[in-house]
Amino acid sequence: MTQKFSEKNKESLALKNHPSDGGSACVPNFLRKLGQDMRFVFLIAACFSILAVALICVFLFANGIPTMVKIGIPDFLLGTTWKPSNNIYGILPFILGSVYVTAGSIVIGVPIAMLTAIFLAFYCPKQIYSPLKSMINLLAGIPSVVYGFFGMVWIVPTMKSIIGSSGSTMLTACILLGIMILPTVIGVMEPALRSVPDSYYEGSLALGATHERSVFCIILPAAKSGVIAGIVLGIGRSIGETMAVIMVAGNQTWMPQGLLKGVRTMTANIVIEMGYASGLHRQALIATGVVLFVFILIINLSVSLLKRRSEHE
Amino acid sequence: MSKKIDYFAHHPISAIVKGLVWLAALVTAVVLVFIVGFILVKGIPNLKPSLFAFKYTSDNVSLMPALVNTLIVTALALVIAVPVGIFAAIFLVEYAKKGSRLVSLVRITAETLSGIPSIVFGLFGLLFFTTTLGWGFSLMSGAFTLVIMILPLIMRTTEEALLAVPDAYREASYGVGAGKLRTIFRVVLPTGIPGILSGVVLATGRIVGETAALLYTASTVAQVPSSLFGSGRTLAVHMYVLSNEGLHMGEAYATAVVLIVLVLLLNWLSSLLAGLLMKGQK
Repeated sequence: MTQKFSEKNKESLALKNHPSDGGSACVPNFLRKLGQDMRFVFLIAACFSILAVALICVFLFANGIPTMVKIGIPDFLLGTTWKPSNNIYGILPFILGSVYVTAGSIVIGVPIAMLTAIFLAFYCPKQIYSPLKSMINLLAGIPSVVYGFFGMVWIVPTMKSIIGSSGSTMLTACILLGIMILPTVIGVMEPALRSVPDSYYEGSLALGATHERSVFCIILPAAKSGVIAGIVLGIGRSIGETMAVIMVAGNQTWMPQGLLKGVRTMTANIVIEMGYASGLHRQALIATGVVLFVFILIINLSVSLLKRRSEHE
Repeated sequence: MSKKIDYFAHHPISAIVKGLVWLAALVTAVVLVFIVGFILVKGIPNLKPSLFAFKYTSDNVSLMPALVNTLIVTALALVIAVPVGIFAAIFLVEYAKKGSRLVSLVRITAETLSGIPSIVFGLFGLLFFTTTLGWGFSLMSGAFTLVIMILPLIMRTTEEALLAVPDAYREASYGVGAGKLRTIFRVVLPTGIPGILSGVVLATGRIVGETAALLYTASTVAQVPSSLFGSGRTLAVHMYVLSNEGLHMGEAYATAVVLIVLVLLLNWLSSLLAGLLMKGQK
């Protein structure tokens, strides 16, 4: 009896990889069976995300790639004219538009986000920390239509009064996106900065460096991977942003002509024309989505590589 | 105090850098306060009772149908995504062997999903649910698109919540003779509930604010459809359409207020729940 008990105990203590439900003799058979079955239910639920990604890839690529081939891959990716009414589908203006707007938003947003993350990690007085932190969380929660609306009713008119002509420009989109990526970038950078061992900072102080010098010249380089991961995540957020950009960027289909001219991104192109497109035009829009998707996959991959590296450090 | 001045007189660059850091934090805070304040100040005077009329007409662009649609879509998406997300997290935390290939595949795909922008989900929803499955522009198509979108969020928050449950709880449960399944449902899950709920609330916030994924799945009809396979616009889509038309800016402001207030409430609820989880651990 005692032996049996201790055996049961040993089995129960093999915690996480329990062979089956309970593993004890007093559990009725059907319950044990249920435990086995539930394991499969959990397994299937876990496989859902694999299924979803597989389906998304299959459907996007199966629709997009034949279209690209039909239009001609160089004509599609490098064509500078987009005139669906004449069957000309070149999306280079939108690819460049997306790249420029994203670059601009990074230039505007990342310095502010990085300094704010440094503030949160090394400067923030205790009383301010939690209100500021919940403000940043709220900034992340505001829907992108609301950002776009704000851009439309405030940033665009303000720009207009400064530069004279239409306020819906690349610069407007950059500013708005720069604001929108703040919480994402801060959210990745702050923990990365905090995870640098205190001894680095203390060592630097002991050598006579000021607080600022220690933070910027010692801790920041030590948290490099996390900081870069934050920037790349910001790029991903920025390039995929749709509604806010549509509402402020002007959306002209020409090649981007400068900071103070209108621009259309890939995301905007899809949303604006999908409503009435049909036939090859519609397929070309889906193919635009495929190009965007490939961009995103590359960005995702680099984020996870960077994260892995920063965990190694 | 004079010591401080002395310090910065010797290190002028440090002083400048410190100023910049404070400035950046100030900018972040001011931007948020300004955006929210601007929308509230301009929008609250536009909140009229007629906006909450049950019927949408071209004269009175009521937001009530959109609000009802938002509730329906949210409920539908959560009913599917929450059990799947929780079960997936249970598998990852309680059953899966560490380092197994399946687990890393699940993690990689979940990470990929969480990085995909909503317009790509929208396109997929249009191709798969709307066209291939033949559901048409409908609340169903919209809700299922959103399920895929919020799944990784629910999986991650639940996983974190389950990992935070001390092993001693599991040991104690096994020790008094409970099986694995009973341990999970009676001990581990209830302990992790605040964390799980905080994730669910966060997901709700994302659904409420979503536009790009719904524009071509649930589409933009401004009425509550008679069945789940009818088209209807949610609040965020309603707001986009209004501001796009440019005819009813007052109503658009008011809708923005409703959206922001909803998001504020959800955010507050989520952090409250997360706080509960932290307290539970102490």
